Amino acid sequence: MSAKEVKKNSIIQNALKLFSTKGFYNTTIPDIAKSMQMSVGNMYNYFASKEELAKYAIKYSTNILAKQLRTINHMDISCKEKIFLFTREYLENVKDSPEVIEYFLRVYLSNREVFAQGCEGFLCVSEFVTEVMILLDEGAEKNELRQQEFFSAFSMVMGCLGGFAFLSGEKVLDKDLLEYSDSVAENIYRALKSDKT
Amino acid sequence: MTRHKPKIVWLQAITCNGNTHSLLSSNSSRFELFLNSFDLFYHPSLTTDTSLDDAINLENIDFLLIEGAITSSSDYFTISDNNILDLLIKLANKASYIISVGSCASFGGIHAKFDEDKSIKGVPDYLNNLELNNLKQKIINLTGCPVHPEWILQTLFTLKNNKIILLDDKQRPKEIYYGLAHHGCTRNEYFEWKVEAKSFGVKEGCLFYEQGCRGPMTHSNCNRVLWNDVNTKTRAGMPCIGCTEFDFPRENMLETKKNIGIPTQVPLGINKRAYLTITGVAKTFKIDRLNNKLINKEEYENS
Repeated sequence: MSAKEVKKNSIIQNALKLFSTKGFYNTTIPDIAKSMQMSVGNMYNYFASKEELAKYAIKYSTNILAKQLRTINHMDISCKEKIFLFTREYLENVKDSPEVIEYFLRVYLSNREVFAQGCEGFLCVSEFVTEVMILLDEGAEKNELRQQEFFSAFSMVMGCLGGFAFLSGEKVLDKDLLEYSDSVAENIYRALKSDKT
Repeated sequence: MTRHKPKIVWLQAITCNGNTHSLLSSNSSRFELFLNSFDLFYHPSLTTDTSLDDAINLENIDFLLIEGAITSSSDYFTISDNNILDLLIKLANKASYIISVGSCASFGGIHAKFDEDKSIKGVPDYLNNLELNNLKQKIINLTGCPVHPEWILQTLFTLKNNKIILLDDKQRPKEIYYGLAHHGCTRNEYFEWKVEAKSFGVKEGCLFYEQGCRGPMTHSNCNRVLWNDVNTKTRAGMPCIGCTEFDFPRENMLETKKNIGIPTQVPLGINKRAYLTITGVAKTFKIDRLNNKLINKEEYENS
């Protein structure tokens, strides 16, 4: 990774924290520059606009999840075990780096107009969606999961995980987040599993 | 002076005659050239002056073409009380070249799925292990159900002139089977942008996503050397059913096998992860031109 890319990632990490807490519109380039101890002018050497930074940030944050799920997908374990493992890693992300998931929920899903050009559909999240496809495809191929349309299965997995991240963000959970991990995973697995298993 | 015309013997085993029909549908000038260049000594449906016994009594056969699957069992198939495998071996021992014409002769085809006779197989299954002293080249498989007539003619002319033809790992001529049925398909743009065909027989859409098209994983030049010089299955709106591959015929050939909406098989040699990423991106864009009818009925009605 070049020095410029390292710096860009560092800017994104700071921007994720600001965007996810203050919101997209309440965060300015000067705010991000200040958190980086950089001049505003220098910021524009890395990102041409706040919108461009927002798009890079969604790719960056979902690629963290994509990489984790890809590693799990390559493991020689059952689909059930993969779902349990991914759920735990996802919730660990929510706990340890809440800005990554919060950004997805509170900026990407809530400010679609920012992402309409160049980030529509799967364009900026394709690596992660692909890994979910691989997880589901292999689970169905082994008859662990039942056949159904992709999007209904996809929304079962991500709706459930995203919903839990939201609850965590709202600080309404009475136990430690990770204590819920296995029961969330069990719910996802039971919803998807084949009737024959 | 009479030039030596290579002698052809065409043996029919367990077959529907589809490859014979196909041969008779070849381009007429090519077929005329074929008849002028070769001596079609025996074909059960086409020659009238010779019998199978005459073929068996020949000293040498330049080209032995076999149509149909072979069985070692006389309980299920004989020709004039002769076991077809015995006949095949007799003829094969005299042949310079042996060509399995069609998928049944090559791999056993649909007949090999007959549960009561497990000995039904392709020609190479029986002959590959025999020492055939006259044979100048490994047995050649011209797969297809039926085989394209030009593939028969091209192979014969190549061997007549070049004496040897390069084969792939399924013993098929590389020149014919190096590419995929997908190559040259007029629906490729729909494939690239993941636009599905709404039904069979329409001009618009790709048949890979729902209708089971095997074009991207089937070796043939169907879409480059057209059938009857004009068309192909996929161009006409019928999916490629993979008839040149060893696993033909498969079950449910007119539907795409999927797991949770994801095709179980992706184009040959393409990493599934890469395929899913690219198609996911492609599907993001809705291209009006590819989603519209190419010719509207109303235009005819209003004209």
